[in-house]
Amino acid sequence: MSEGIIYWLQQTLNALQLGSIYALIALGYTMVYGILTMINFAHGDVFMVGAFFCFLAAVYLGLPFVPTLLLTMLGAALVGVMIERLAYKPLRNAPRVSAIITALGVGIFLENFTLALAPYPKNIPALLANATWNMGGVSISSLQIIIILLSLGLMFVLDYVVYRTPVGIAMRAISWDKTYVPLMGVPLDLIISVTFAIGAGLAGAAGTMYGLAYPVIDPYMGIMVGWKAFISAVVGGIGNIRGAMIGAFILGGVEIMVAAFFPSTYRDFVAFTLLMLLIVIRPYGILGQPRTQKV
Amino acid sequence: MRKVLSLLLVSMLISFGATAWSAEKTIKLGVIAELTGDMPAVGASCRNAAELAVKEVNAAGGLQVGKEKMKVELVVEDNAGKADQSAAAAQKLITQDEVVAIVGPNASRYAIPASEIAESEKTVLITPWSTNPKTTMDEKTGKPKDYVFRACFIDPFQGGVLAKFAYQTLKAKKAAVLYDVASDYNKGIAEVFKTNYEKLGGKIVAFETYTTNDKDFSAQLTKIKDAKPDVIFLPNYYNEVPLQVQQAKRLGITVPFIGSDSWGSPELLTLGGADLNGYYFSTHYAADNAAPVAKKFIADYEKAYGAKPDDVAALTYDAFGLLFGAIKSAGKVDREAVRVSLSTLPDYKGVTGDMKFKADSRDPIKSAVILEIKDGKFTYFTNAKP
Repeated sequence: MSEGIIYWLQQTLNALQLGSIYALIALGYTMVYGILTMINFAHGDVFMVGAFFCFLAAVYLGLPFVPTLLLTMLGAALVGVMIERLAYKPLRNAPRVSAIITALGVGIFLENFTLALAPYPKNIPALLANATWNMGGVSISSLQIIIILLSLGLMFVLDYVVYRTPVGIAMRAISWDKTYVPLMGVPLDLIISVTFAIGAGLAGAAGTMYGLAYPVIDPYMGIMVGWKAFISAVVGGIGNIRGAMIGAFILGGVEIMVAAFFPSTYRDFVAFTLLMLLIVIRPYGILGQPRTQKV
Repeated sequence: MRKVLSLLLVSMLISFGATAWSAEKTIKLGVIAELTGDMPAVGASCRNAAELAVKEVNAAGGLQVGKEKMKVELVVEDNAGKADQSAAAAQKLITQDEVVAIVGPNASRYAIPASEIAESEKTVLITPWSTNPKTTMDEKTGKPKDYVFRACFIDPFQGGVLAKFAYQTLKAKKAAVLYDVASDYNKGIAEVFKTNYEKLGGKIVAFETYTTNDKDFSAQLTKIKDAKPDVIFLPNYYNEVPLQVQQAKRLGITVPFIGSDSWGSPELLTLGGADLNGYYFSTHYAADNAAPVAKKFIADYEKAYGAKPDDVAALTYDAFGLLFGAIKSAGKVDREAVRVSLSTLPDYKGVTGDMKFKADSRDPIKSAVILEIKDGKFTYFTNAKP
């Protein structure tokens, strides 16, 4: 293979890894928006809490990879449900601004709570034996493959749950209408809790994989990643699950490719200019539909 | 009831008067440290060393100022690893706590904003660890600031030492640099390294950037790999270097890495582990090759905190040493007098070596050391004189 193609393939692989992590987090934003038309700004910090759960499970319980992943997802799901029950449910009928401010508050609470317990950055041990293969000049690490495949697997499971199961039908129905659907016997609170649990659980999985790929974690790690995942969800069309995945891979791809072919100082400037243009052309995102307000 | 109340009032008045009276007898010194935020290990070392320095002076009865001995009182402020809070902390220490002088912040991106406040409020600030020239230099006039000093060498010197080390000692003819473009320290030293390395005849084959809080460096590292350097220079902080080295190894990069004094925290070894063995970085002092003056400090510090002092701790201790010397020779507790006597202080023998301020410069003349990371420990490798 020529050097140019090798370079391009290597960068594509990098982009896939980054994109899959963004996608797992973006799903949580888009699911909550879909069902409550609310932006859960604490979601990036739930991801951070997930990474810390992973650290606790791996270091203090000494668990291997699979139990660590499952425990982290469970822990993050519980945190997500608790946040919804304690902070958002009382405000469900309040003006939407109140809910957004509360979400920001919850995020800051999670950051500082973690900071109080863990003021120093923590190191997540290597849970997986890391092998690096050289395929005709392209370096592929086992970690990279696991992250990409696991993320894709989780996304397929989620897609199946939302579009093919009764719970998914209930979620989509509530997202459509919150007044009459509960009258048909759909348990509103339970379905909202399930939505938060799934979204936060995926963020927990993202936290674990992020912790394995970038093993230095700190209480502020969720802020920037959270913003980028949120942007992915908006680019894909917020409220749309497949859109969030597409948006995340676009953002990951643009970020890596701009740094790969332009001076890296231009990365965020060029990447976000492109994304803004995309939003100007398609204001509801790639797969988003305009919501018409019925009078 | 009334009796009780009046008694209470009187006792309050007395205690109030007592504190006011005793306050006259102490010298208030401020510390701004990165206690929380992205580099808490730096802040902790700074505070520990400051407390140790003050405890020693007070145990000896206080500081000899003129005819009387005065106790030293420390006011520690956290800047939370933020530029705006560094400036706010400096303002609070100067106007509310009325300190005589300030030590800290440590990282250049926090020390520069704090130094602006100290300069405009005419209060001495000594930064232990900030090596960026802009900290003590007024950018508009190009002249040194009057009130801002430092206890460490500056990046033009450190960058030159590293360029020479890479080119002559490691015999690397092609180098790549990856640095944080949003941080004053990283950017400054990366540029100095580039200039000096090219002057020596080396070639910079990749000069890549990222911004603070990035965790994924794969795009830049792939680019660096493609450029085939002999050595990679990472002038970045200890919390980021392990990530960069691990990701580089995963991409199949095998050439050695070198770093600057921002590597010098023991946290680097906790976070990076065996991945860092065999790499070199320049710093202020070597705990395993210290001068006799330093040995006592190292022993005291280890006894008090159960860990070897890193370079931030050593430099903070030296900053206090400089300050105590200046107050003693000024003979009075006055901000202006402290500034004058600090800038004319004769040769000071510190933990991190001998230092002295040149006339019209706030940067001490002192040497650097190169350390090697060997079996998970910082080991003395060589010395570099200015």
